[in-house]
Amino acid sequence: MKSYQETLSELLETIRVLVPNAGKVDEDTELVGSLGLDSMKVMNLLQEVEDRFDVSIPLNVLPDVRTVGDLARKIHQLLQEQ
Amino acid sequence: MTLLDKFEPLQQARERLRGLGIDPFNVVVEKILSPTEAIVDGRRVILAGTNNYLGLTFHPECIAAAVRAVEEEGCGTTGSRMANGNYADHLALEREFAQFYDKPYSVVFSAGYLANLALLSTLPGADDVILIDADCHASIYDGCKMSAAEVIRFRHNDVDDLDKRLRRLKDRARRTLVVVEGIYSMFGDTAPLKAIAEVKDRYGAYLMVDEAHSLGVLGERGRGLAEAEGVEDRVDFIVGTFSKSLGAIGGYCVSPHRVLDTLRYAARPYIFTASASPAQIASTRVALRLLRDGGELRRRLWANAERFYNGLKALGCRLGPQLSPVIPVILGESREESLAVWKELLEGGVYVNLVMPPATPDHRCLLRCSMSAAHTPEQIDTLLQVFAKVFSAHGMAAD
Repeated sequence: MKSYQETLSELLETIRVLVPNAGKVDEDTELVGSLGLDSMKVMNLLQEVEDRFDVSIPLNVLPDVRTVGDLARKIHQLLQEQ
Repeated sequence: MTLLDKFEPLQQARERLRGLGIDPFNVVVEKILSPTEAIVDGRRVILAGTNNYLGLTFHPECIAAAVRAVEEEGCGTTGSRMANGNYADHLALEREFAQFYDKPYSVVFSAGYLANLALLSTLPGADDVILIDADCHASIYDGCKMSAAEVIRFRHNDVDDLDKRLRRLKDRARRTLVVVEGIYSMFGDTAPLKAIAEVKDRYGAYLMVDEAHSLGVLGERGRGLAEAEGVEDRVDFIVGTFSKSLGAIGGYCVSPHRVLDTLRYAARPYIFTASASPAQIASTRVALRLLRDGGELRRRLWANAERFYNGLKALGCRLGPQLSPVIPVILGESREESLAVWKELLEGGVYVNLVMPPATPDHRCLLRCSMSAAHTPEQIDTLLQVFAKVFSAHGMAAD
Protein backbone atom coordinates (compact mmCIF):
# COMPACT_ATOMS: atom_id res chain seq x y z
CA MET A 1 0.00 0.00 0.00
CA LYS A 2 1.39 3.40 -1.03
CA SER A 3 1.91 6.01 1.68
CA TYR A 4 0.41 9.49 1.29
CA GLN A 5 3.86 10.89 0.44
CA GLU A 6 4.34 8.27 -2.27
CA THR A 7 0.91 9.02 -3.71
CA LEU A 8 1.66 12.75 -3.66
CA SER A 9 5.02 12.28 -5.41
CA GLU A 10 3.45 10.14 -8.11
CA LEU A 11 0.63 12.64 -8.57
CA LEU A 12 3.05 15.56 -8.87
CA GLU A 13 5.05 13.64 -11.45
CA THR A 14 1.86 12.85 -13.42
CA ILE A 15 0.68 16.47 -13.38
CA ARG A 16 4.09 17.72 -14.53
CA VAL A 17 3.90 15.40 -17.54
CA LEU A 18 0.27 16.22 -18.35
CA VAL A 19 0.58 19.98 -17.80
CA PRO A 20 4.13 20.74 -18.97
CA ASN A 21 3.62 24.53 -18.91
CA ALA A 22 2.32 24.60 -15.36
CA GLY A 23 5.55 25.95 -13.81
CA LYS A 24 6.25 25.05 -10.20
CA VAL A 25 3.76 22.47 -8.91
CA ASP A 26 3.60 21.39 -5.27
CA GLU A 27 1.14 20.17 -2.66
CA ASP A 28 -0.45 23.62 -2.31
CA THR A 29 -0.91 24.30 -6.02
CA GLU A 30 -4.55 24.96 -6.84
CA LEU A 31 -5.88 22.76 -9.64
CA VAL A 32 -8.09 25.37 -11.30
CA GLY A 33 -6.38 28.66 -10.44
CA SER A 34 -2.63 27.95 -10.34
CA LEU A 35 -2.38 25.30 -13.06
CA GLY A 36 -4.14 27.60 -15.51
CA LEU A 37 -6.76 24.96 -16.29
CA ASP A 38 -10.47 25.58 -16.78
CA SER A 39 -12.97 23.19 -15.22
CA MET A 40 -13.22 21.09 -18.41
CA LYS A 41 -9.44 20.62 -18.60
CA VAL A 42 -9.39 19.67 -14.92
CA MET A 43 -11.94 16.94 -15.66
CA ASN A 44 -9.71 15.63 -18.48
CA LEU A 45 -6.68 15.76 -16.19
CA LEU A 46 -8.59 13.80 -13.55
CA GLN A 47 -9.37 11.05 -16.06
CA GLU A 48 -5.66 10.64 -16.78
CA VAL A 49 -4.87 10.63 -13.06
CA GLU A 50 -7.58 8.00 -12.46
CA ASP A 51 -5.96 5.73 -15.05
CA ARG A 52 -2.52 6.23 -13.54
CA PHE A 53 -3.72 5.20 -10.07
CA ASP A 54 -6.39 2.74 -11.28
CA VAL A 55 -9.02 4.45 -9.15
CA SER A 56 -12.34 6.22 -9.88
CA ILE A 57 -12.71 9.62 -8.24
CA PRO A 58 -16.42 10.30 -7.58
CA LEU A 59 -17.78 13.67 -8.78
CA ASN A 60 -19.30 14.16 -5.32
CA VAL A 61 -15.88 14.64 -3.70
CA LEU A 62 -14.65 17.26 -6.17
CA PRO A 63 -16.08 20.30 -4.31
CA ASP A 64 -13.65 19.42 -1.48
CA VAL A 65 -10.67 19.03 -3.82
CA ARG A 66 -9.00 22.41 -4.35
CA THR A 67 -5.26 21.71 -4.27
CA VAL A 68 -2.93 18.98 -5.51
CA GLY A 69 -2.58 17.91 -1.86
CA ASP A 70 -6.37 17.57 -1.50
CA LEU A 71 -6.42 15.35 -4.59
CA ALA A 72 -3.51 13.22 -3.33
CA ARG A 73 -5.26 12.73 0.03
CA LYS A 74 -8.49 11.70 -1.73
CA ILE A 75 -6.67 9.24 -4.02
CA HIS A 76 -4.79 7.83 -1.03
CA GLN A 77 -8.08 7.34 0.84
CA LEU A 78 -9.78 5.69 -2.16
CA LEU A 79 -6.83 3.33 -2.66
CA GLN A 80 -6.97 2.34 1.01
CA GLU A 81 -10.70 1.61 0.70
CA GLN A 82 -10.20 -0.63 -2.33
CA MET B 1 -18.71 41.00 -2.17
CA THR B 2 -22.51 40.90 -2.08
CA LEU B 3 -25.01 38.20 -2.93
CA LEU B 4 -25.33 39.54 -6.47
CA ASP B 5 -21.72 40.39 -7.41
CA LYS B 6 -20.88 36.94 -8.75
CA PHE B 7 -23.24 37.56 -11.67
CA GLU B 8 -21.23 40.55 -12.89
CA PRO B 9 -19.08 38.56 -15.42
CA LEU B 10 -22.24 36.98 -16.82
CA GLN B 11 -23.94 40.37 -17.10
CA GLN B 12 -20.90 41.75 -18.92
CA ALA B 13 -20.95 38.79 -21.32
CA ARG B 14 -24.64 39.51 -22.05
CA GLU B 15 -23.83 43.18 -22.69
CA ARG B 16 -21.19 42.14 -25.24
CA LEU B 17 -23.76 39.94 -26.99
CA ARG B 18 -26.22 42.82 -27.00
CA GLY B 19 -23.59 44.85 -28.82
CA LEU B 20 -23.82 42.28 -31.60
CA GLY B 21 -27.43 43.28 -32.19
CA ILE B 22 -28.93 39.89 -31.38
CA ASP B 23 -28.31 37.48 -28.53
CA PRO B 24 -27.98 33.90 -29.88
CA PHE B 25 -28.96 32.56 -26.47
CA ASN B 26 -32.13 34.60 -26.19
CA VAL B 27 -33.57 34.64 -29.69
CA VAL B 28 -37.13 35.89 -30.06
CA VAL B 29 -39.24 33.85 -32.45
CA GLU B 30 -41.68 36.56 -33.45
CA LYS B 31 -43.98 34.19 -35.27
CA ILE B 32 -43.78 30.48 -35.80
CA LEU B 33 -45.05 29.64 -39.28
CA SER B 34 -44.66 25.87 -39.54
CA PRO B 35 -42.42 23.09 -38.15
CA THR B 36 -39.61 24.41 -40.37
CA GLU B 37 -40.17 28.16 -40.74
CA ALA B 38 -40.48 31.20 -38.48
CA ILE B 39 -40.06 34.96 -38.36
CA VAL B 40 -36.94 35.83 -36.35
CA ASP B 41 -35.56 39.35 -36.03
CA GLY B 42 -38.01 40.55 -38.67
CA ARG B 43 -37.06 38.03 -41.34
CA ARG B 44 -38.37 34.69 -42.52
CA VAL B 45 -35.94 31.91 -41.60
CA ILE B 46 -35.71 28.16 -42.14
CA LEU B 47 -35.54 26.41 -38.78
CA ALA B 48 -32.62 23.98 -38.77
CA GLY B 49 -31.97 24.08 -35.05
CA THR B 50 -35.01 22.53 -33.41
CA ASN B 51 -35.66 19.01 -32.15
CA ASN B 52 -38.81 18.66 -34.24
CA TYR B 53 -37.52 15.43 -35.80
CA LEU B 54 -40.84 14.16 -37.14
CA GLY B 55 -42.32 17.62 -37.71
CA LEU B 56 -45.44 16.87 -35.67
CA THR B 57 -45.85 20.23 -33.89
CA PHE B 58 -48.43 21.40 -36.43
CA HIS B 59 -50.00 18.04 -37.24
CA PRO B 60 -53.77 18.66 -37.60
CA GLU B 61 -54.70 15.59 -35.53
CA CYS B 62 -52.40 16.64 -32.67
CA ILE B 63 -53.80 20.19 -32.76
CA ALA B 64 -57.41 18.94 -32.85
CA ALA B 65 -56.80 16.65 -29.86
CA ALA B 66 -55.17 19.48 -27.88
CA VAL B 67 -58.04 21.89 -28.67
CA ARG B 68 -60.62 19.31 -27.64
CA ALA B 69 -58.77 18.64 -24.37
CA VAL B 70 -58.61 22.35 -23.52
CA GLU B 71 -62.33 22.73 -24.17
CA GLU B 72 -63.32 19.64 -22.20
CA GLU B 73 -60.70 19.55 -19.39
CA GLY B 74 -59.41 23.13 -19.13
CA CYS B 75 -56.01 24.74 -19.53
CA GLY B 76 -54.21 23.18 -16.57
CA THR B 77 -54.47 20.58 -13.83
CA THR B 78 -53.42 23.04 -11.08
CA GLY B 79 -51.68 20.43 -9.00
CA SER B 80 -49.71 17.26 -8.61
CA ARG B 81 -51.10 13.82 -9.35
CA MET B 82 -50.48 12.64 -5.80
CA ALA B 83 -52.44 15.49 -4.22
CA ASN B 84 -54.97 16.41 -6.87
CA GLY B 85 -55.63 13.10 -8.57
CA ASN B 86 -54.85 11.48 -11.90
CA TYR B 87 -56.69 12.63 -15.00
CA ALA B 88 -57.90 9.71 -17.08
CA ASP B 89 -55.79 10.82 -20.05
CA HIS B 90 -52.56 10.75 -18.01
CA LEU B 91 -53.25 7.11 -17.15
CA ALA B 92 -54.26 6.33 -20.74
CA LEU B 93 -50.98 7.78 -22.03
CA GLU B 94 -49.05 5.68 -19.51
CA ARG B 95 -50.83 2.56 -20.74
CA GLU B 96 -50.03 3.53 -24.32
CA PHE B 97 -46.33 4.04 -23.54
CA ALA B 98 -46.24 0.64 -21.80
CA GLN B 99 -47.88 -1.00 -24.84
CA PHE B 100 -45.61 0.86 -27.27
CA TYR B 101 -42.49 -0.43 -25.50
CA ASP B 102 -44.05 -3.77 -24.49
CA LYS B 103 -43.07 -3.11 -20.85
CA PRO B 104 -45.31 -3.64 -17.84
CA TYR B 105 -44.60 -0.33 -16.11
CA SER B 106 -44.73 3.25 -17.33
CA VAL B 107 -44.83 6.67 -15.65
CA VAL B 108 -45.43 10.02 -17.28
CA PHE B 109 -43.71 13.16 -15.92
CA SER B 110 -44.34 16.86 -16.48
CA ALA B 111 -41.06 17.30 -18.41
CA GLY B 112 -38.25 15.15 -19.75
CA TYR B 113 -35.92 17.05 -17.41
CA LEU B 114 -38.10 16.00 -14.46
CA ALA B 115 -38.12 12.35 -15.61
CA ASN B 116 -34.31 12.26 -15.32
CA LEU B 117 -34.36 14.11 -11.99
CA ALA B 118 -37.00 11.72 -10.64
CA LEU B 119 -35.21 8.53 -11.63
CA LEU B 120 -31.70 9.58 -10.67
CA SER B 121 -32.56 11.33 -7.41
CA THR B 122 -34.64 8.42 -6.15
CA LEU B 123 -33.49 5.05 -7.53
CA PRO B 124 -29.82 5.10 -6.45
CA GLY B 125 -29.49 5.71 -2.71
CA ALA B 126 -26.66 6.53 -0.31
CA ASP B 127 -24.71 3.29 -0.73
CA ASP B 128 -25.28 2.99 -4.48
CA VAL B 129 -23.33 4.24 -7.49
CA ILE B 130 -24.34 6.11 -10.66
CA LEU B 131 -21.93 5.60 -13.55
CA ILE B 132 -22.61 8.15 -16.30
CA ASP B 133 -21.17 8.77 -19.75
CA ALA B 134 -19.17 12.02 -19.54
CA ASP B 135 -21.21 13.60 -22.37
CA CYS B 136 -24.59 13.03 -20.71
CA HIS B 137 -27.13 15.84 -20.75
CA ALA B 138 -27.34 18.43 -17.95
CA SER B 139 -30.60 16.88 -16.71
CA ILE B 140 -28.67 13.68 -15.94
CA TYR B 141 -25.93 15.59 -14.14
CA ASP B 142 -28.57 17.54 -12.19
CA GLY B 143 -30.36 14.31 -11.24
CA CYS B 144 -27.03 12.97 -10.00
CA LYS B 145 -26.53 16.10 -7.89
CA MET B 146 -29.89 15.47 -6.22
CA SER B 147 -28.97 11.87 -5.48
CA ALA B 148 -27.22 10.63 -2.35
CA ALA B 149 -25.37 8.04 -4.48
CA GLU B 150 -21.71 8.18 -5.44
CA VAL B 151 -21.40 9.57 -8.99
CA ILE B 152 -18.63 8.46 -11.34
CA ARG B 153 -18.10 9.43 -14.99
CA PHE B 154 -16.69 7.23 -17.73
CA ARG B 155 -15.14 8.48 -20.97
CA HIS B 156 -17.70 9.20 -23.67
CA ASN B 157 -18.73 6.03 -25.52
CA ASP B 158 -15.65 4.21 -24.17
CA VAL B 159 -16.79 0.69 -23.24
CA ASP B 160 -13.31 -0.27 -21.98
CA ASP B 161 -13.36 2.66 -19.56
CA LEU B 162 -16.84 1.63 -18.37
CA ASP B 163 -15.60 -1.93 -17.89
CA LYS B 164 -12.59 -0.69 -15.92
CA ARG B 165 -14.73 1.43 -13.61
CA LEU B 166 -17.20 -1.38 -12.96
CA ARG B 167 -14.27 -3.68 -12.16
CA ARG B 168 -12.94 -1.17 -9.62
CA LEU B 169 -16.33 -1.14 -7.88
CA LYS B 170 -16.11 -4.89 -7.09
CA ASP B 171 -19.31 -5.97 -5.24
CA ARG B 172 -20.73 -2.47 -5.49
CA ALA B 173 -21.11 -2.96 -9.26
CA ARG B 174 -24.36 -4.79 -8.47
CA ARG B 175 -25.65 -1.60 -6.86
CA THR B 176 -24.68 0.55 -9.82
CA LEU B 177 -26.90 2.30 -12.36
CA VAL B 178 -25.13 2.90 -15.69
CA VAL B 179 -26.60 5.88 -17.56
CA VAL B 180 -26.18 6.58 -21.28
CA GLU B 181 -28.10 8.31 -24.05
CA GLY B 182 -29.47 6.95 -27.33
CA ILE B 183 -28.33 9.90 -29.44
CA TYR B 184 -26.11 12.50 -27.77
CA SER B 185 -27.61 15.96 -28.15
CA MET B 186 -24.52 17.91 -29.23
CA PHE B 187 -22.53 15.58 -31.52
CA GLY B 188 -25.45 13.41 -32.65
CA ASP B 189 -23.52 10.20 -32.07
CA THR B 190 -25.09 7.03 -30.65
CA ALA B 191 -23.99 4.98 -27.67
CA PRO B 192 -22.38 1.57 -28.40
CA LEU B 193 -25.35 0.09 -26.58
CA LYS B 194 -24.89 -3.59 -27.37
CA ALA B 195 -21.36 -3.56 -25.94
CA ILE B 196 -22.48 -1.46 -22.97
CA ALA B 197 -25.31 -3.92 -22.23
CA GLU B 198 -22.85 -6.82 -22.35
CA VAL B 199 -20.49 -5.15 -19.90
CA LYS B 200 -23.21 -4.14 -17.43
CA ASP B 201 -24.65 -7.69 -17.56
CA ARG B 202 -21.24 -9.16 -16.81
CA TYR B 203 -21.01 -7.10 -13.61
CA GLY B 204 -24.70 -7.36 -12.65
CA ALA B 205 -25.23 -3.59 -12.92
CA TYR B 206 -28.43 -1.83 -14.06
CA LEU B 207 -28.80 0.21 -17.24
CA MET B 208 -30.79 3.38 -17.92
CA VAL B 209 -30.98 4.79 -21.46
CA ASP B 210 -32.20 8.31 -22.18
CA GLU B 211 -33.83 8.10 -25.61
CA ALA B 212 -34.72 11.83 -25.72
CA HIS B 213 -33.19 12.37 -29.16
CA SER B 214 -33.60 8.82 -30.48
CA LEU B 215 -37.32 8.23 -29.84
CA GLY B 216 -39.03 8.32 -33.21
CA VAL B 217 -35.65 8.50 -34.93
CA LEU B 218 -34.08 5.05 -34.44
CA GLY B 219 -35.54 1.55 -34.56
CA GLU B 220 -38.04 0.03 -36.93
CA ARG B 221 -40.94 1.11 -34.72
CA GLY B 222 -39.21 4.29 -33.58
CA ARG B 223 -38.60 3.11 -30.02
CA GLY B 224 -35.02 4.33 -30.07
CA LEU B 225 -31.48 3.01 -29.91
CA ALA B 226 -32.29 0.05 -27.65
CA GLU B 227 -34.70 -1.22 -30.30
CA ALA B 228 -32.26 -0.53 -33.14
CA GLU B 229 -29.49 -2.43 -31.32
CA GLY B 230 -31.78 -5.28 -30.30
CA VAL B 231 -31.10 -4.88 -26.56
CA GLU B 232 -34.46 -3.66 -25.23
CA ASP B 233 -34.77 -6.67 -22.92
CA ARG B 234 -31.44 -5.77 -21.30
CA VAL B 235 -32.29 -2.14 -20.50
CA ASP B 236 -33.76 -1.60 -17.05
CA PHE B 237 -35.10 1.93 -17.47
CA ILE B 238 -35.85 3.80 -20.69
CA VAL B 239 -36.40 7.53 -20.23
CA GLY B 240 -37.58 9.99 -22.84
CA THR B 241 -39.32 13.24 -23.60
CA PHE B 242 -42.41 14.47 -25.42
CA SER B 243 -40.59 17.66 -26.44
CA LYS B 244 -38.74 16.38 -29.48
CA SER B 245 -40.25 13.80 -31.83
CA LEU B 246 -43.62 14.01 -30.05
CA GLY B 247 -43.79 17.81 -30.44
CA ALA B 248 -45.17 18.73 -26.97
CA ILE B 249 -43.76 18.92 -23.39
CA GLY B 250 -43.46 16.09 -20.90
CA GLY B 251 -41.38 13.06 -20.02
CA TYR B 252 -41.76 9.34 -19.47
CA CYS B 253 -40.05 6.25 -18.17
CA VAL B 254 -40.81 2.60 -18.97
CA SER B 255 -39.36 -0.41 -17.22
CA PRO B 256 -39.78 -4.12 -16.59
CA HIS B 257 -39.27 -3.39 -12.85
CA ARG B 258 -42.29 -2.88 -10.61
CA VAL B 259 -40.27 -0.42 -8.56
CA LEU B 260 -40.90 2.19 -11.28
CA ASP B 261 -44.55 2.28 -10.22
CA THR B 262 -43.51 2.65 -6.58
CA LEU B 263 -41.41 5.72 -7.42
CA ARG B 264 -44.69 7.65 -7.64
CA TYR B 265 -44.62 7.64 -3.83
CA ALA B 266 -40.95 8.55 -3.48
CA ALA B 267 -39.71 10.68 -6.40
CA ARG B 268 -39.95 14.35 -5.46
CA PRO B 269 -39.80 15.62 -9.09
CA TYR B 270 -42.94 13.52 -9.70
CA ILE B 271 -44.74 14.44 -6.48
CA PHE B 272 -44.00 18.13 -6.02
CA THR B 273 -44.93 19.56 -9.40
CA ALA B 274 -48.17 20.07 -11.29
CA SER B 275 -49.03 17.32 -13.74
CA ALA B 276 -48.85 17.98 -17.50
CA SER B 277 -51.73 19.99 -18.95
CA PRO B 278 -54.62 18.17 -20.65
CA ALA B 279 -53.63 19.66 -24.04
CA GLN B 280 -50.09 18.34 -23.79
CA ILE B 281 -51.23 14.86 -22.83
CA ALA B 282 -53.88 14.79 -25.55
CA SER B 283 -51.57 15.88 -28.37
CA THR B 284 -48.87 13.47 -27.14
CA ARG B 285 -51.30 10.55 -27.25
CA VAL B 286 -51.97 11.28 -30.92
CA ALA B 287 -48.30 11.96 -31.67
CA LEU B 288 -47.26 8.65 -30.10
CA ARG B 289 -49.64 6.84 -32.45
CA LEU B 290 -48.28 8.80 -35.44
CA LEU B 291 -44.72 8.04 -34.32
CA ARG B 292 -45.49 4.33 -33.92
CA ASP B 293 -46.91 4.22 -37.44
CA GLY B 294 -44.35 6.71 -38.72
CA GLY B 295 -42.08 4.57 -40.88
CA GLU B 296 -42.46 7.01 -43.75
CA LEU B 297 -41.70 10.01 -41.49
CA ARG B 298 -38.52 8.28 -40.30
CA ARG B 299 -37.49 7.50 -43.86
CA ARG B 300 -37.95 11.17 -44.84
CA LEU B 301 -36.07 12.34 -41.73
CA TRP B 302 -33.05 10.17 -42.53
CA ALA B 303 -33.12 11.12 -46.23
CA ASN B 304 -33.12 14.80 -45.20
CA ALA B 305 -30.31 14.23 -42.71
CA GLU B 306 -28.23 12.51 -45.36
CA ARG B 307 -28.85 15.25 -47.92
CA PHE B 308 -27.83 18.01 -45.48
CA TYR B 309 -24.89 16.06 -43.99
CA ASN B 310 -23.43 15.22 -47.40
CA GLY B 311 -23.97 18.79 -48.60
CA LEU B 312 -22.12 20.21 -45.61
CA LYS B 313 -19.36 17.65 -46.04
CA ALA B 314 -18.94 18.70 -49.68
CA LEU B 315 -18.54 22.28 -48.45
CA GLY B 316 -15.61 21.12 -46.33
CA CYS B 317 -17.38 21.58 -42.99
CA ARG B 318 -16.03 19.67 -39.99
CA LEU B 319 -18.93 17.49 -38.91
CA GLY B 320 -19.72 15.10 -36.07
CA PRO B 321 -18.54 11.49 -35.89
CA GLN B 322 -21.57 9.92 -37.58
CA LEU B 323 -24.60 10.69 -39.71
CA SER B 324 -27.67 11.51 -37.64
CA PRO B 325 -30.51 14.06 -37.65
CA VAL B 326 -28.39 16.02 -35.13
CA ILE B 327 -25.62 17.50 -37.26
CA PRO B 328 -22.93 19.53 -35.51
CA VAL B 329 -20.78 21.83 -37.62
CA ILE B 330 -17.63 22.22 -35.60
CA LEU B 331 -16.12 25.69 -35.60
CA GLY B 332 -12.93 26.88 -33.95
CA GLU B 333 -12.12 28.20 -30.51
CA SER B 334 -12.82 31.84 -31.43
CA ARG B 335 -16.11 32.89 -29.86
CA GLU B 336 -16.14 36.15 -31.82
CA GLU B 337 -15.87 34.43 -35.19
CA SER B 338 -18.45 31.79 -34.19
CA LEU B 339 -20.87 34.54 -33.20
CA ALA B 340 -20.28 36.31 -36.53
CA VAL B 341 -20.87 33.10 -38.50
CA TRP B 342 -24.08 32.36 -36.60
CA LYS B 343 -25.36 35.93 -37.11
CA GLU B 344 -24.60 35.92 -40.84
CA LEU B 345 -26.41 32.60 -41.25
CA LEU B 346 -29.44 34.12 -39.52
CA GLU B 347 -29.26 37.19 -41.75
CA GLY B 348 -29.20 34.80 -44.68
CA GLY B 349 -32.42 33.15 -43.44
CA VAL B 350 -30.99 30.15 -41.57
CA TYR B 351 -31.63 29.46 -37.90
CA VAL B 352 -29.30 26.97 -36.19
CA ASN B 353 -28.11 26.70 -32.58
CA LEU B 354 -24.82 28.30 -31.55
CA VAL B 355 -23.19 26.28 -28.78
CA MET B 356 -20.10 27.39 -26.90
CA PRO B 357 -17.92 25.75 -24.23
CA PRO B 358 -18.65 24.60 -21.56
CA ALA B 359 -21.88 23.41 -23.23
CA THR B 360 -19.86 21.72 -25.99
CA PRO B 361 -18.04 18.40 -25.43
CA ASP B 362 -14.65 20.05 -25.95
CA HIS B 363 -13.03 23.50 -26.22
CA ARG B 364 -14.49 24.34 -29.64
CA CYS B 365 -17.69 26.21 -30.53
CA LEU B 366 -20.18 24.49 -32.78
CA LEU B 367 -23.31 25.11 -34.78
CA ARG B 368 -25.82 22.49 -33.79
CA CYS B 369 -28.04 21.80 -36.78
CA SER B 370 -30.93 19.38 -36.81
CA MET B 371 -33.13 17.97 -39.50
CA SER B 372 -36.86 17.31 -39.54
CA ALA B 373 -39.00 15.00 -41.64
CA ALA B 374 -40.91 18.20 -42.48
CA HIS B 375 -37.97 19.87 -44.29
CA THR B 376 -38.33 19.84 -48.06
CA PRO B 377 -35.36 19.07 -50.33
CA GLU B 378 -35.63 22.67 -51.60
CA GLN B 379 -35.31 24.03 -48.04
CA ILE B 380 -32.22 21.89 -47.46
CA ASP B 381 -30.65 23.15 -50.68
CA THR B 382 -31.36 26.72 -49.58
CA LEU B 383 -29.72 26.00 -46.22
CA LEU B 384 -26.63 24.67 -48.00
CA GLN B 385 -26.43 27.72 -50.29
CA VAL B 386 -26.45 30.06 -47.30
CA PHE B 387 -23.86 27.95 -45.47
CA ALA B 388 -21.65 28.00 -48.58
CA LYS B 389 -21.83 31.80 -48.82
CA VAL B 390 -21.14 32.45 -45.12
CA PHE B 391 -18.42 29.81 -44.76
CA SER B 392 -16.67 31.04 -47.93
CA ALA B 393 -16.66 34.58 -46.56
CA HIS B 394 -14.92 33.26 -43.42
CA GLY B 395 -12.46 31.06 -45.30
CA MET B 396 -14.08 27.97 -43.82
CA ALA B 397 -15.37 26.34 -46.99
CA ALA B 398 -13.48 24.07 -49.37
CA ASP B 399 -12.59 25.65 -52.72
